[in-house]
Amino acid sequence: MATESHGAASDVVSACLDANGSALGMPQLCGEWVWNQVFWLVIALVVIYFVLARIALPRIASVLAERQGTITNDIAAAEELKRKAKEAEAAYEQALADARSEAQAIAQKTRDAIKADLDKALAKADVEIGEKTAESEKAIAEIRASAMENVEVVAKDTAEAIVAALGGKVDAGKVATAVASRMKG
Amino acid sequence: MATETHGADKAAEAGGLVFHPMDQFIVKPLFGDGAVGMFTITNVTLWLFLAIVTITIMMVVGTSRRAIVPSRSQSVAEMAYGFIHKMVEDVAGKDGLVYFPYIMTLFMFIVTANFLGLIPMSFTTTSHFAVTVVLALAVFLTVTILGFVKNGAGFLSLFWPSSAPAPLRPVLAIIELISYFVRPVSHSIRLAGNVMAGHAVIKVFAGFAAVAAISPLTIVAITAMYGLEILVAFIQAYVFTILTCVYLKDALHPAH
Repeated sequence: MATESHGAASDVVSACLDANGSALGMPQLCGEWVWNQVFWLVIALVVIYFVLARIALPRIASVLAERQGTITNDIAAAEELKRKAKEAEAAYEQALADARSEAQAIAQKTRDAIKADLDKALAKADVEIGEKTAESEKAIAEIRASAMENVEVVAKDTAEAIVAALGGKVDAGKVATAVASRMKG
Repeated sequence: MATETHGADKAAEAGGLVFHPMDQFIVKPLFGDGAVGMFTITNVTLWLFLAIVTITIMMVVGTSRRAIVPSRSQSVAEMAYGFIHKMVEDVAGKDGLVYFPYIMTLFMFIVTANFLGLIPMSFTTTSHFAVTVVLALAVFLTVTILGFVKNGAGFLSLFWPSSAPAPLRPVLAIIELISYFVRPVSHSIRLAGNVMAGHAVIKVFAGFAAVAAISPLTIVAITAMYGLEILVAFIQAYVFTILTCVYLKDALHPAH
């Protein structure tokens, strides 16, 4: 490495270099270079220390703390949102249950109303049917009564005609009594 | 090592293979050919400066938008931050977090310098003992002083293993004491040695590329070695940092 700059022996300025500018032994053990290295090393270390301790490390520490804070906040926000979602779900379930029970109540009410109407209609129909039946029975009774009367009249007339035809004297009162007694029997 | 390079020079004159694996570690002035004094602007200065620039781009420019949802560059900075922050908290404890900026400085410097050193033709600052010894001594001295300031004489209980059997305690105390003072040595040599060895091996392989017959093998070897070096660059920065955290823990809580 050093050979380019050192051609002749007269250029050699160090006891640690040979005539060609190559190292004699270990350059690490060359005493005359030590203090140069120590001097510049101390300067470099001080500079690095100030660059790190004054600028870089506080900055990185604040960035890391900020990131930690952000992560913590985000996790808290996520927890909050999760809690809200659970609440919303519970509210939804509640609303659903309410709606269901309300629907059941409405259905029950409607069923009751329909049943009441139906009962009323049935009762009315029963009454009407009863009236009709009574009317019919009355009509039948009338018809039956009139039929009996007619039979009595026909029987009386027939009896009178038969009496007349047989040459007897028709006694209306006797015939009527006889017919009536026969019909009762 | 010195004799090898001499031999290589002679071989170069004879037209054979040329090995200068250690030349990449030479410190030289950026401007002119003068001697290297304490304040000379050298290639060390350049690559330390580039490390500062890289760290600034990564950690400051990358995070300039302060986005809640990070961009790629911001993620890198945040990952580096989180990685070291967690390491300090796990190893040194909550009260160690006060020293987090210092440990972050160490880690960012070492990992950046290691990776910058992997750029071909670059100069690897962390391959020099001068650099790693300063880092290790800074850790050692800080931790030792901190230990006595925080715990007073109680810091010495670090060397007194109270859970061991009583007759063994003085022996163990001596071992603990020696291992304590070896810490900065192993701490610094581990980093520089790993980085230097890998780079030197790559250079040796590169020297073989001059022989046409084995040059394809050389490319494979350099590629594999480079992959390993990428691993080493990160792992050594990690090891240095985590050991710093362990030493810090000893200073804050010396009891075994």
